[in-house]
Amino acid sequence: MFVSYKWLQEYVDLTGITAKQLADRITKAGIEVESVEVRNKGVQGVVIGHVLEREQHPNADKLSKCLVDIGEGEPVQIICGAPNVAKGQKVAVAKVGAVLPGNFKIKRAKLRGEESNGMICSLQELGVESKLVPKEYADGIFVFPSDAPVGADALELLYLDDEVLELSLTPNRADCLSMIGVAYEVAAILGRSVKLPTIELHENNENVHDYISVRVDAQEDNPLYAGRIVKNVKIGPSPLWMQARLMAAGIRPHNNVVDITNYILLEYGQPLHAFDYDRLGSNEIVVRRAKKGETIVTLDDVERTLTEEHLVITNGKEPVALAGVMGGANSEVCDETVNVFIEAAYFNGATIRQAVKDHGLRSESSTRFEKGIDPARTKEALDRAAALMAEYAGGEVVGGVVEANTLQLKDVVVTITLDRINRVLGTTITKEEVAGILTNLQFTFTEDNGTFTITVPSRRRDIAIEEDIIEEVARLYGYDHLPATLPIGEANPGKLTPYQAKRRKVRRYLEDAGLFQAITYSLTNEAKATMFALETAEPIRLALPMSEERSVLRQSLVPHLLEAASYNRARQVENVALYEIGSVYLANGENELPNEKERLAGVLTGVWHAHLWQGEKKAVDFYVVKGILDGLFALLGLENRVEYKQAKREHLHPGRTAEILLDHKTIGFVGQLHPNVQKQFDLKETYVFELDLEALLNVEVDDIRYTAIPRFPSITRDIALVVDEHVVAGELQKAIIEAGGELLKDVSIFDVYKGDRLPEGKKSIAFSLRYYDPERTLTDEEVTNVHEQVIKAVEQQFGATLRG
Amino acid sequence: MKERLQQLQQEALEKIEQANDLKALNDVRVAYLGKKGPITEVLRGMGALSPEERPIMGALVNDVREAIQQALEAKQATLEQAEVEKKLAAEAIDVTLPGRPIRRGNHHPLTRVIEEIEDLFIGMGYTIAEGPEVEQDYYNFEALNLPKGHPARDMQDSFYITEEILLRTHTSPVQARTMEKHQGRGPVKIICPGKVYRRDNDDATHSHQFTQIEGLVVDENIRMSDLKGTLREFARKMFGEDRDIRFRPSFFPFTEPSVEVDVSCFNCGGHGCNVCKGTGWIEILGAGMVHPNVLEMAGFDSKKYTGFAFGMGPERIAMLKYGIDDIRHFYQNDLRFLQQFNRV
Ligand SMILES: [Zn+2]
Repeated sequence: MFVSYKWLQEYVDLTGITAKQLADRITKAGIEVESVEVRNKGVQGVVIGHVLEREQHPNADKLSKCLVDIGEGEPVQIICGAPNVAKGQKVAVAKVGAVLPGNFKIKRAKLRGEESNGMICSLQELGVESKLVPKEYADGIFVFPSDAPVGADALELLYLDDEVLELSLTPNRADCLSMIGVAYEVAAILGRSVKLPTIELHENNENVHDYISVRVDAQEDNPLYAGRIVKNVKIGPSPLWMQARLMAAGIRPHNNVVDITNYILLEYGQPLHAFDYDRLGSNEIVVRRAKKGETIVTLDDVERTLTEEHLVITNGKEPVALAGVMGGANSEVCDETVNVFIEAAYFNGATIRQAVKDHGLRSESSTRFEKGIDPARTKEALDRAAALMAEYAGGEVVGGVVEANTLQLKDVVVTITLDRINRVLGTTITKEEVAGILTNLQFTFTEDNGTFTITVPSRRRDIAIEEDIIEEVARLYGYDHLPATLPIGEANPGKLTPYQAKRRKVRRYLEDAGLFQAITYSLTNEAKATMFALETAEPIRLALPMSEERSVLRQSLVPHLLEAASYNRARQVENVALYEIGSVYLANGENELPNEKERLAGVLTGVWHAHLWQGEKKAVDFYVVKGILDGLFALLGLENRVEYKQAKREHLHPGRTAEILLDHKTIGFVGQLHPNVQKQFDLKETYVFELDLEALLNVEVDDIRYTAIPRFPSITRDIALVVDEHVVAGELQKAIIEAGGELLKDVSIFDVYKGDRLPEGKKSIAFSLRYYDPERTLTDEEVTNVHEQVIKAVEQQFGATLRG
Repeated sequence: MKERLQQLQQEALEKIEQANDLKALNDVRVAYLGKKGPITEVLRGMGALSPEERPIMGALVNDVREAIQQALEAKQATLEQAEVEKKLAAEAIDVTLPGRPIRRGNHHPLTRVIEEIEDLFIGMGYTIAEGPEVEQDYYNFEALNLPKGHPARDMQDSFYITEEILLRTHTSPVQARTMEKHQGRGPVKIICPGKVYRRDNDDATHSHQFTQIEGLVVDENIRMSDLKGTLREFARKMFGEDRDIRFRPSFFPFTEPSVEVDVSCFNCGGHGCNVCKGTGWIEILGAGMVHPNVLEMAGFDSKKYTGFAFGMGPERIAMLKYGIDDIRHFYQNDLRFLQQFNRV
């Protein structure tokens, strides 16, 4: 909403308050003033001139030589290039010495041999935006009404000495979509009174019902429809002050009738529509829902196809307006219009919103209906419009109002105690202060022993309950006066849940292990949605995605991590180690919320460790990633409950992928990217993993229990076993541990060999076994006995032989 | 004989002095103190002396031996020390060469901000509540006093999946769910961090996915002044002890009264700079007293209970705190960006 500071003074006394100060006060009280626009863009010395003579410039086709009375001394000669300059016009003249926007100084000059003492200005030359200049003056100078006083300050008459406050209104403050509404707000802030416009309506002795009837068939959409006839109007320009105010408010003037409806819209917040009565095509107005497939050509000359969801104003046969949004071209007021039917209605916001949405058509009118207007002022606005048309379009107001009114206006009464106000706010505001605020708001109220009974004016449709009153009091009392306290009452200690605490530890561990935390988008495309997923479900699609790339919810974190790796690689960051903790979304059936499961995933590629001048350089490989995961499982106390099983998974290297099992249930995978996928993402050798974080963090783990520190020496024996190459180390190790029994405390692998020194198809794995008994020193013999059993076991189970 | 001994001592000491390695020193030891050495020889010749002279001469021989022995030991220590020093000198390295790097990742800057805020409120007795990102329209809107057709729904264009299910547009539904779980009994004291989604085109200041942290306190006798005190405490811990806050009236459907909360500029201290656009204040939060409809819908008696709620955007806070100019950085995961948040 654009609020002209000058226009506002019509309703509330702004003495002693500059526009800037006013803006600050309004903002502080709750409505943000986004900007204060100074309309004068550096113009100085422009006055009203009277073109006494105009003749063709002797040496130039497109120039006129004018003699202009500028109200001081002799008339001056001015050369003018505007095509529409003519004898008798009142025009804006930049005198010699004047300044126009851009610090353009007007000097005495000779144009094609003829002297020019000033410049006749168009509105654009005075800094008015082209879109606001009346169409007839778009390509020439602006012509003032003939009664404009010669020599007067043109800026003042055009409101170019004005300042305009742009209000950013929250949806609850639709009351300030009108000058009168803003006036009430400003009056409340300043503690001043509001002057409402006086309406001098003179009706003739005819009866409007002889001209037109009104019927509403959709009363829920349109509880109030009222109209008046103004006959014998003369279409012409509206008064200068009205045009100036419209332009200040951002509306282009058209003609007196249209301008008056727009002016009332701005003044009262009540949208009006003026029909050409003689072009309505009947003597009745019927308001109803449109029929499916019915069409209307609106004022903007667009044919619109309607549905039953749209409300239309009809002449009983066909639509003449899309209710509350835009009039029809067939009944539009034009230069030839003589009789006008003015519509003032109250339309349901939701109905209008539907039409706006379906037709992509938002207007000043529809905005107000959508946000809610004050129906108590609808007929007053209608009367004011009729009175102005009589005054400024020479019309005659036909007696009476046609209306269809099923509206039930009830006073909203709110009762609240001073104690409640202070208890909610934590303040010590007095009864008198509350009464003062309510008085400034011009709310009617009574007060009895600290209980206020308030009748809310209909313009403040946002106020209905105690809290609304508390807010009014708080904002006008001033939040700066609110004390700062802390809640009293029982204080519970705050803490993380065990899951949240473990999740933080997981993050820190992975970061200390060298991975960076990534956060990627949850929305992806259909193809990537299920790639790599530990579990898959029907993809969940958005109803209205903004792009195909962000249309489906992900079921794995890996694809976007690969994109991140690829993004980095494309920017010469070749060594990437990222992890992410985030949700995946698994559909649960129509109209059910999906299962959201928290996953932990990672991507690693490039060099893992390098200390080049010492000759160290290690690329990421499967075992680097596995080592990180092993550390994670150890951190969570799960190292003995997790297994890796060779596996084949889509998109992963068939020989370099493992499924990860916790207590024998699959909870994730780790593996090298399949070369095809690697290529798809434009990556080099890359490893990924994804784990079910909830499974990892929710599993019960024993508390730490101290065990005695060894007091006796342990004995270590190494064995190198030759086995078939397909025997996996994990199985071998498991067998050794089983055979080693109580005394075998540690088994580690220290060498793996495959090559010339062994027969084809064989490999050797060397284990180091540590034996220990917490109660005593073991003898060589005892260890040898157990060790023999171990060797026998692997010989039997795997055909292993000792390497010589 | 006495002269002979004194001469031997003199000679030995000179040779010890001249020895410049341990081997030479050992040669001196063998030469003078060995079984075949001149001093032993002198002792052997003592038989020729008178009984009166013998003890005197014996004492003299011991003195000489002692003196040579001491000189030998002293010299040995010196030579050994020199040997060690020589070895150490040969072992010197270039300490300016780079060390073996320790690989270390770090938190995403948003997590960094979120954890800081979480810890701060945990310290004030809050717990952290989480909830689904795919939400029912009821919890995302209706339970928050945004019935279907409410004009404020325009303010947040949303990603719907079906008519009743959408990607949450704020973390407030977690508040509604938590209150519901409390079955009308306070106190509730939570903060809700999480991802949220809006139908925005991604650009420097908009992201279709972003994060939010909201807080909620519901109890008997919660006052708006408590909101002010709590947020002032938060602002001071987060942005510095001399920060102040101010409330500006605003509108949110789920709170009333509603306010926007500004923190005095931590860059200029309130004098005005380009961070605060010359105003001295930076808008950080939206807040207010929980709307009675929201309390009632979640099963709380709004005559008995009051509450406050607040919400903020970690992206905005991170952008202000670290001077980040484009919200898309948070979701591109460029390591050159992420690595900048690797220290205290
Ligand atoms: Zn600043």
